[in-house]
Amino acid sequence: MALPPEAAGQAAESHGLAGGGAGHKRREKVDHVVIRFAGDSGDGMQLAGMQFTTESALAGNDIATLPDFPAEIRAPAGTLAGVSGFQVNFSSSEIFTAGDEPDVLVAMNPAALKANLDDVPPNGVIIADVAAFSDSNLKRAGFTSNPLTDHSLDKYQVFQVDVTKMTTLALRDSGLNNRAVMRCRNLFVLGLVSWLYQRPIESTENWLAGRFRKLPDVLAANVKALKAGYNYGETTEAFASSYIVDPARIAKGFYRNITGNSATALGFVVAACRAKRPLFLGSYPITPASDVLHDLAGFKNFPVYTFQAEDEIAGVASAIGAAFGGAIAITTTSGPGMNLKAEAVGLAVKTELPIVITDIQRAGPSTGMPTKPEQADLLMAMYGRHGESPIPIIAAATPADCFDCAYEAVRIATKYMTPVILLTDGQLANGAEPWLVPDVDKLPEIKVEFRTDPDGYMPYIRDPETMARPWAVPGTPGLEHRLGGLSTEDQTGNISYSPANNELMVRQRARKIAGIAREIAPIEIFGDAKGGDLVVLGWGSTFGPIREAVKQLRTKGKSVSHIHLRYLNPLPGDLADKLRSFRKVMVAEMNMGQLLKMVRADYLIDAIGCNKIQGRPFKVSELTNRILRALEG
Amino acid sequence: MATALTRKDFISDQEVRWCPGCGDYAILAQVQKIMPELGVPRENTVFISGIGCSSRFPYYMNTYGFHTIHGRAPAVATGLKVTRPELDVWVVTGDGDGLSIGGNHLIHVLRRNVDLKILLFNNRIYGLTKGQYSPTSEVGKVTKSTPAGSVDFPFNPITVALGAHAAFVARTIDVEQKHLGEMLKRSHANRGASFVEILQNCNIFNDDAFKEVSEKTIKADHQLVLEHGKPLIFGRNRDRGIRMNGMRPEVVQLGNGVSESDIVVHDETNLSLAFMLGNFEAPMPTPIGVFYCAPRPTYDAAMNKQLEDAKAKMGAGDPQKLLHQGDTWTVN
Repeated sequence: MALPPEAAGQAAESHGLAGGGAGHKRREKVDHVVIRFAGDSGDGMQLAGMQFTTESALAGNDIATLPDFPAEIRAPAGTLAGVSGFQVNFSSSEIFTAGDEPDVLVAMNPAALKANLDDVPPNGVIIADVAAFSDSNLKRAGFTSNPLTDHSLDKYQVFQVDVTKMTTLALRDSGLNNRAVMRCRNLFVLGLVSWLYQRPIESTENWLAGRFRKLPDVLAANVKALKAGYNYGETTEAFASSYIVDPARIAKGFYRNITGNSATALGFVVAACRAKRPLFLGSYPITPASDVLHDLAGFKNFPVYTFQAEDEIAGVASAIGAAFGGAIAITTTSGPGMNLKAEAVGLAVKTELPIVITDIQRAGPSTGMPTKPEQADLLMAMYGRHGESPIPIIAAATPADCFDCAYEAVRIATKYMTPVILLTDGQLANGAEPWLVPDVDKLPEIKVEFRTDPDGYMPYIRDPETMARPWAVPGTPGLEHRLGGLSTEDQTGNISYSPANNELMVRQRARKIAGIAREIAPIEIFGDAKGGDLVVLGWGSTFGPIREAVKQLRTKGKSVSHIHLRYLNPLPGDLADKLRSFRKVMVAEMNMGQLLKMVRADYLIDAIGCNKIQGRPFKVSELTNRILRALEG
Repeated sequence: MATALTRKDFISDQEVRWCPGCGDYAILAQVQKIMPELGVPRENTVFISGIGCSSRFPYYMNTYGFHTIHGRAPAVATGLKVTRPELDVWVVTGDGDGLSIGGNHLIHVLRRNVDLKILLFNNRIYGLTKGQYSPTSEVGKVTKSTPAGSVDFPFNPITVALGAHAAFVARTIDVEQKHLGEMLKRSHANRGASFVEILQNCNIFNDDAFKEVSEKTIKADHQLVLEHGKPLIFGRNRDRGIRMNGMRPEVVQLGNGVSESDIVVHDETNLSLAFMLGNFEAPMPTPIGVFYCAPRPTYDAAMNKQLEDAKAKMGAGDPQKLLHQGDTWTVN
């Protein structure tokens, strides 16, 4: 989001909560706040975080979120393995990341405290549900004494709130059993934190009304817990002040809070609408990609076909069949599924059928850390098929950018008659940000025209400009033809084992893909447009931390710039020259240096890597430190 | 409407490259022969195959065709049929393609009942890779990859299909041209996934694998031709039949107190009977014909109905409205 910083003078920098006297509650202004909600994976922390995000978006803040949850649906309660977290950064000025460290940590139990404590800075706020700090829970989390009483938390501002007791009291007449009451604790906490930052809670009430419209008892209890938490903040002596984060100065328009996976789904639907063709998704459930399948399954009237296939291979193979029939055909998966799809993707390359393969990357190798993000599938996307089989690759930089990238992937696939790989990752998939909703009519044109004229038709004649072969779909009289994976003759598409013809066809396909670079817009450098000391080259979800790091260093007078790539194959034609205008090139990515290898191999540029493979995004401080070291070196 | 199509209209301009004497020629000829009788425009007919000798089939049909990758034809065909339900989609596969590498797709397409006509050419050998045993090869089979004999228990395509709850299951033989043609037409008449096992001779790597049921002089004693509503009688003199001895089937000689009324009458809608017949192996005769035919709703029709219902209920999708849903606000 491009928005000028709010007048900084109005905002107090402190996030401290202490120091208010009794009596009237004070309200203090702050520029931005990072809150992390943490609890058991069954405690509803994702829900609390998402609703708080919505409240903040409606309050006009710029927002960025980072959900962080375990792969296990319900790991043993109270254990470190089961801790689920949701971090939201909301601000009165432009922000690019969910924040390095939380100003406020909400810990629903000892395990949540232990798993997150290292990230909380000195003087940070910890709100803990004191009732959950029982001997057994402390033991499960590996504490030998209670941190709430043993002074080990003295460097933080700790607020002990008996969330359990107060939720129970608030709901004693609700008629719900104890288990159901306990499940409302997250709403109490959400209410409390909403008060603390003066967020309106109506949006959460509305959301609850929709979610529990068939369960009036549960709805009433949740709303009651929410309000009880809010009122507790207002009345208790514990919190002397509440805080105001003013609306950010954001470009005018209609906004929507959106996650990357939702944006991806919407991008595909809108692209299919523009192409005036049905959308077909063939997919097998896999974390963190399944939400795209869930979203698209709800859009049947567009029309959208969602086929939950028997496996990953059938997911992509069915998409190839649908593309043969003229649908806008896609498949969605994550790393392990990409491996399985490779052979079929090669078939789409050879038969030059337009499909989009979305890889929502997660930490590997093998099953790895399914809910954690990584960027280690780039070289697989580039080269992970047998034979010479080039594929355009597009990577989204932010959750909202997933919309544009999904749309662009369909546009390129259909224009050039080629499979396209769209790369996002688990962080983009589940992270959210405000999205300036585009005007559909102003999106780039996606023009799909099937061949209908039998005169001169052959399956592999090519458009002189794009080198795309004609899309002739079954049902068209006179264009009956056979496609297949065997090597085929130029133009006629007849099986051919001619050595020279094989090389000709391989080179034609390579040229077709390379030619896409013609329409990639010139690179925009953030920073020194004419070159400087160092440029950080990034792609994908590292956009936020890199931009923030570069911005911070530039305010300190450093000649540091940022180039972020959307097109990874082909790379933009002006990339080499732009990189060469800097004394140093650093490639920052969440892998062992995959784009780095491509840059070094393609351009013979002696770039340096900045790498992290922890299933967590870069912290801004990690990047600034690495950049400063490189500047010195 | 143009003039009626003939067999020639379905012959492509590509040179057929199967080994001379291969059973695939007979199957191709019969498919091309019955095509005009189905009344489907050529442009609405699609043949989709995987990998293997049988899977070269689409190249020789002058229809739309797709020679895909090993084992995946049912999945490719599903994507096409679901989005283009008006097309007539045939899948050609083999014992290796359909039951080994593609076994998963085959069982799932059958249980879903996608409206596809699936022809599985079973020659009980890997031909294109030059003679390894297949998932339908018998135990003890000596091949290049099993010099000491196969220890691998085989699949029975019919019972695999029935186990997946296929709505139409039939078996025929490459050289039984008339019967083959009938089975093709029957499979086409069924709306839903139709599975036809075609016993097919590989004269190079597994010659005479089906000699008992295809050799003119002896086949009548080994073929049990299934006909709905008719007793299970076979033999060159049609003097033997299948009788139930308690829960077990047995072959009996007619006469000497055994009459036609003692013989089991075939019922295509009886799944238990179909399983029983599907499990026949020597010394029982080999059944050919329709084992099971019990149409049920198809996946492609059900999915398209959901789309139509959604459209009727919510109207055609409006992309701009879609983008305006969710947590939204306006910045002025």
